[in-house]
This record gives sequence, structure tokens and C-alpha cells, in this order.
Amino acid sequence: MEKKKKKSISTIMKTEWPLHVLLLPAMILLIIFAYLPMVGIVISFQDFVPSGGMKGFFTSEWVGLENFRYIFAMKDFRQVLVNTLVIAILKIAAGIIVPLILALLLNEVNNRAFKKATQTIIYVPYFLSWVVLGGILVDILSPTSGIVNSALKALGHEPVYFLGNPDTIRGTLIVSDVWKGCGYNMVIFLAALTGIDQSQYEAAKVDGAGYFKQMLYITLPGILPQIILVTVLGLGNILNAGFDQVFNLYSPIVYEKADIIDTFVYRLGMLNLQYSVSTAVGLFKSVISFVLITSSFALAKKFANYQIF
Amino acid sequence: MKVKSSPARKVFVVINYIVLTLVMFISLFPLVHIFALSLSSNSAAQAGWVTVLPVNFTLDSYKYILEKPEVFKAFGISVLRVVLGTIISVGLTIISAYAMSQPDERFHARKYYVWVFLITMIFSGGLIPQFIVVKSVGIYNTIWALILPTAVQTFNVILMLNFFRGLPYALTESALIDGANHFQIMARIVVPISKPSLATVGLFTMVNHWNSWFDGMIYLSDTSKYPLQTYLRNVIQSVDVASLDLNSVGAMTNVSQKTVTAAQIFVAIIPILMVYPLLQKYFISGMTLGSVKE
Repeated sequence: MEKKKKKSISTIMKTEWPLHVLLLPAMILLIIFAYLPMVGIVISFQDFVPSGGMKGFFTSEWVGLENFRYIFAMKDFRQVLVNTLVIAILKIAAGIIVPLILALLLNEVNNRAFKKATQTIIYVPYFLSWVVLGGILVDILSPTSGIVNSALKALGHEPVYFLGNPDTIRGTLIVSDVWKGCGYNMVIFLAALTGIDQSQYEAAKVDGAGYFKQMLYITLPGILPQIILVTVLGLGNILNAGFDQVFNLYSPIVYEKADIIDTFVYRLGMLNLQYSVSTAVGLFKSVISFVLITSSFALAKKFANYQIF
Repeated sequence: MKVKSSPARKVFVVINYIVLTLVMFISLFPLVHIFALSLSSNSAAQAGWVTVLPVNFTLDSYKYILEKPEVFKAFGISVLRVVLGTIISVGLTIISAYAMSQPDERFHARKYYVWVFLITMIFSGGLIPQFIVVKSVGIYNTIWALILPTAVQTFNVILMLNFFRGLPYALTESALIDGANHFQIMARIVVPISKPSLATVGLFTMVNHWNSWFDGMIYLSDTSKYPLQTYLRNVIQSVDVASLDLNSVGAMTNVSQKTVTAAQIFVAIIPILMVYPLLQKYFISGMTLGSVKE
């Protein structure tokens, strides 16, 4: 630290070295666990040999775009892409509409205790893992002993195998995702609702506008920026159909409708040990996600004046 | 808002309360149901008689898990990872955010470091390269594989960085002039006044560690080292596939896979429910913490 190189740098170092020291641990961890794996992306252009570990990043044979050609020729891959998009888009849409309706309904409640209780209870599933929620869903949706099917049977309906039928799996994924996550967006909308200028409502009442008109012309426009924001940020997630959830709820019977990119990457890599192919699929997803995320941030900034950093 | 209500409004209000009550019921029912199942007898559970209250109340499922050392062990490993993981992660967040919150004239290299962090938010190596790295650096199949790869949470660092930058400049400037060094300023001035924000970050780090299961599944080869969530996943999946196991559960006729799994699921929920009042309190402040105040 005391070396006398260029004067300015040495004086800077004299006062600033503690700050470099403070950042050293995080830098080491980031280099190992974030930047080394980024280097590892090269294996999607190689025929990676797993036995050598990380050395294989540098020594494996290059195969150009071979892995990508292989993926795009796979029938499964196209299905997986479609599944991902359908599930993600429906989740994003439902994940906005339901919390929005709940926030609007909750906003009409005058009883504070009831309002607080509703909020408190709606958030509970948000903090539980998909392992736990998946376990609960597997149980309550079981066609033989689950409570939901017991109720259906009591109503004279045939039992439905929600998680084991390709026709019902997507609906089950979307509904359960809304069930877990709707508290989060609801908070955003509720916060926006309390920010609306109350005098607007007074003026509307004087003009004889009913509750419905007030909602249509004051409330909804008032929270439109937040609605746009949530939608735009959702766009960045269009290839994230929810690994944790799908992985804990799907099974081979429903792969045709529920297998998504992330679960596909997992099975290719961790189970089939096709490291290079799996990484190539991951890279394909990352590249598209990167474009989507950066453009969604740009849109968010433009329309909602929202800045991440 | 006490204005005379029209009949239509009254009807709406009543329906609104009913709908929201229903929503509360749906949010909570699955949890209450699983709890009731864990306290019910096997026959009642299998027959589908259990709704929100235990039928033929029994503690046998819990007695059964208490006799299983694996559940205890997995619970202990989860507690250990939460404690170690949170201390390390929050510690790293504080020191990194503090350094990068310095104004440019106090820290000339600041913006380069910020970029090193930001890039990790945008790009990632993906599942397999990360797996290969963890395997190659010697932490595979140890608890460190659950802690170190996620120890630096860039999002939290940025959050705290923004928070520190919002603190009055004079606060640290006068201390620096008085000859205090950065370590002292950080420990004695910045951290104490940032306690609520740090508590928020710490709390969510704890919950994330408690809820993580996938890293345990891929980075640990030994199932005896699994944290509770990963262990639980195995239990649930095996129920799903091989219900044959059902009767091998033991001499206790009052328990079954169904009730025992319910009890194990509930055990995994308990710690979350214990900190839930805090989570609820910090949930909203946590979401606004990261907003740029400039």
C-alpha cells in the first residue's frame, strides 16, 4: 500500500484501501460463483467432457453450433417452448387481474380490522416454499383421498386428477400460482389506491357519479401507472414459467402440457448428463430473456418513470 | 365516508364482505386442512372426512416423526444453514453496500465495482456451469454448497446501497474529518442507524434459506445431509409414486403416509408462521426499501 508509484494513485490508495478490502470477500465469491459459471457457458459450443470438472471449459472439443442444431431439431423442445410461453403468459395475466380485483374490493371495505385481517391472511402462502405448497396440493387434489375430490364426489361429479391429467395441469398451475402470489401485487395496487387524491371522489360525488363510475373514471386511471409497471415487468418473465412450482407439481404423464424450459434444462443436464446440450438450451433462454428484460426496463422507465437502479 | 347508502350499495357491501371472506378461507384452508390431517387418525384421513378440524384426534403422526431421527437431523441442518447463511449474507451485504455507497470522490473505483455486481444480476452461467463450478471448488456435498454460491445477493446489496446513500452526508463526513476510519464509521454509525432496513434484508434472507430446496437436491449427494425442504421433497415425491410404502410405516395403525406427510409439511411451516408477524410487518417496507431516493 505504501509503494510510491504515481503520486495521485498512491495517495488515493492510502485513503481508499479499506474500501477495497471491504469489497474483497464479495468479489472473490462473485468471481467464483457468478463469473466462472459465465465462462462455463462456452460448453454450449463444445462437446464437454464432465470428468475434468472446470478444466473442461478450456480443454473440451469445439463443435460450433452443433448443440443448437440438435436442440432445434428436437420435437420436445418446440413443445417445451410453447408450454413455457402459454403458462407464463397466463400466469402473468391472472397474476395482475386477480390482485387488482382484490385490491379494488378491499379498498371498498371500511372496517379496518376486517381489511387488516384479509391482507394478513392473503399473504400467508406467499412465504411458503413450493415444496410445502406442492405437498399440500398433491394431498388435497389427490383423486382418491383428497378433500377437493371428496367434495366433487359428494356433488355427484367424477373425480378429477388435477395434477395427472394433461387437460387440467395448466389450469392447476395457474390457479395455484395466483393463490400463492396474489398478495404481492395486491400490496402494490393497494399502496397506489391510497395515493389517489381523495378530493377527486368528493368532486365526483357532488357531480352525482355513482360508485361504479368513480371506480371507472378515478380509481382505475389513478392506479394505471402501477398496472402498466407490473405488466411491463412481467414481460421480462415471459420465459420464466416458474421452475419451483412446475418441478414440484408435474410428472411424466403431463410433460406434454407442463414441461417448461427450466425443467427441461434440469432433466437434460442433471438426469441425462447432456451437459453441453442443456447449457445450450439455458443460453438460448438467457439471450432471449436478456433482450426482454432490458426492453421491459426501458418500457417501465418510459411509461411509469420507474427506475431499477 | 359515511354517506347515505343506496340499496344497491348496501347489497354490494354485503357481497363484498362475503367474497373477501371466501378469499380468506381459500388462502388459509389448505394450511388448516393439512394441520387437521396431521392430527387425525389414518382411517379418517384416508376416507376424506377431515376438513378443517381433526377427526379422531391423535398425536400419533407427530409421535412417529419424533422417533425418526432423519426429520430432526434435516430440521437441524436447515436451522444451521439459516443461521450461517444469514450471518454471512447480511455481513457481506453490509460491507459491500457500505463501500459502494461512498461518494465518487471518496472512492474512485466505486463505479467499476458497482458494475461487477450489476452484471451478475443480468447474466448468469445457468444451471450446469454453476453445478460444474460448485463441484470443482471442493464444496460439493458440504453445507457450504448451500451457503456460498448465494451468499452475495446483488439485489440486497443494491437495496442497502441505495439506503446508505440516502443517509445524511454530514453524518459520516464529520466522523471522517475527526479521524475515524471506515471500519469504525460503518460499525458505529451506519449499521446502528440502518437496523430496520438490515432487519428487513436479514428476515427475507432467512426465509429464503429456510425455503430453499433445489440447491440441496443438486449440490448434496448424501441424502443424510439434506436440509428439511429437500428432505421433505423426497418424502412427498415418494408418496406420490410409490404408495406401496403406505403399510410398511409400522405397527402404529393410526398413522399413514398421508397423515405423517401432513405432519412433516406442517413442521416445515412452523418456523415461517413463527416469524410471520414480522414478515407481515416488513413485507411492505421491504418492497419500497429499494426505491431510488434521488
